[in-house]
Amino acid sequence: MEIIVNGDPLEVSEGITNIEELIQELRLEKKSLIVEHNQTILKKEKHKDTAISEGDRLEIVHFVGGG
Amino acid sequence: MLVNNRYHRQMLFDPIGETGQKRLQESHVVIVGVGALGSSSAEMLARAGVGTLTLIDRDYVEETNLQRQQLFSEEDVRMQTPKVIAAKKRLEEINHLITIYAEVIDAGVDELEAIAPEANLVIDATDNFDTRLIINDICQKHHKPWIYGACVASYGVTFTVLPGETPCLHCMMDHIPSDGATCDSVGIISPAVQMVVSYQVTEALKILTGNLDTLSGKLIAFDLWKNQQMELQVASLKDDTCPSCSKKQYPHLTYQAQLKTAVLCGRNTVQIRTNGKKVMHFEEIKKHLERNQQIKLFSNPYLLSFEIDKYRVVVFGDGRTLIHGTKNVQEAKKVYYQYVG
Repeated sequence: MEIIVNGDPLEVSEGITNIEELIQELRLEKKSLIVEHNQTILKKEKHKDTAISEGDRLEIVHFVGGG
Repeated sequence: MLVNNRYHRQMLFDPIGETGQKRLQESHVVIVGVGALGSSSAEMLARAGVGTLTLIDRDYVEETNLQRQQLFSEEDVRMQTPKVIAAKKRLEEINHLITIYAEVIDAGVDELEAIAPEANLVIDATDNFDTRLIINDICQKHHKPWIYGACVASYGVTFTVLPGETPCLHCMMDHIPSDGATCDSVGIISPAVQMVVSYQVTEALKILTGNLDTLSGKLIAFDLWKNQQMELQVASLKDDTCPSCSKKQYPHLTYQAQLKTAVLCGRNTVQIRTNGKKVMHFEEIKKHLERNQQIKLFSNPYLLSFEIDKYRVVVFGDGRTLIHGTKNVQEAKKVYYQYVG
């Protein structure tokens, strides 16, 4: 399945079905994130219940501390 | 002529104009942290003619800063000049018409409580979330806009917090990340710094000149190396149960008051803060240390530093001590008690 993450195409395995699993696959689970799924901001409690489908567009922004 | 011409090109820019320039001259901006982000912000705002700048930083200039922290020189490294002192000197060479306050202090609750209410705007240029969350709550309490900015590697992120209007940092962050990604572990390239600052200063100019309708309202992030640019409309994240911006409990102002030691990420350094407003008596400390032949001492009017065994210890006038050479708080405290007392 191909989705778009931060503007770039990303091939994800069939085992990945929801946002929470995708975040783990991308090894971002330890970061403090804001996720936008098809132009809707998702609160963290919705990550598990939000299914991913072919062609979905995701924007993932994480907070960093450096400066 | 210099005075009349200096802001001409900026005043030609229609949204600023003569009125906007006058507003900038009457403005006071506090910049918290004068490392890479803070140096760049300070230089842009000084050149733009912001009338008063207060610079806050606890650190002094080191060689590894020179790659990106644009206000500092090799001489500042040699002299271990506090960053805000070096920055003020350089900024006064650039623009003698503005007033610059340099504060060699750790931006804690008490320090920001004393300074932030005077400001029109606070620019975040710190290197840690503890301080950012204090800024967040202080600015909510005193109803001041502040502009979050941060970067690491080739990635940067920024957001303008307007109390009562936008979500605050507490609304947006579900936890304080502990992934160990800092400028000292995964590096930083200068363009990522400058990009964050470009957004921050543009937003600052909009606020200060009263162009609030053109503020982005978005959480903006980018990765220059990966050619990625993200802009998220995050208004829906404003949480009407948030203790910082809705309930006005300001949790980060009470929590931080307890903090006495801090490991400076990636620097192999522990900072120790004494209680309250203790003044360090450099001469007394020096006198004691000079008796130990193993100790190499250095001092300037702002700090005293010495080397012993594998440690380098730097004592600041406001009661802080940096123990370089360990990440272990207990070990650092031991060195502190042994040599500073």
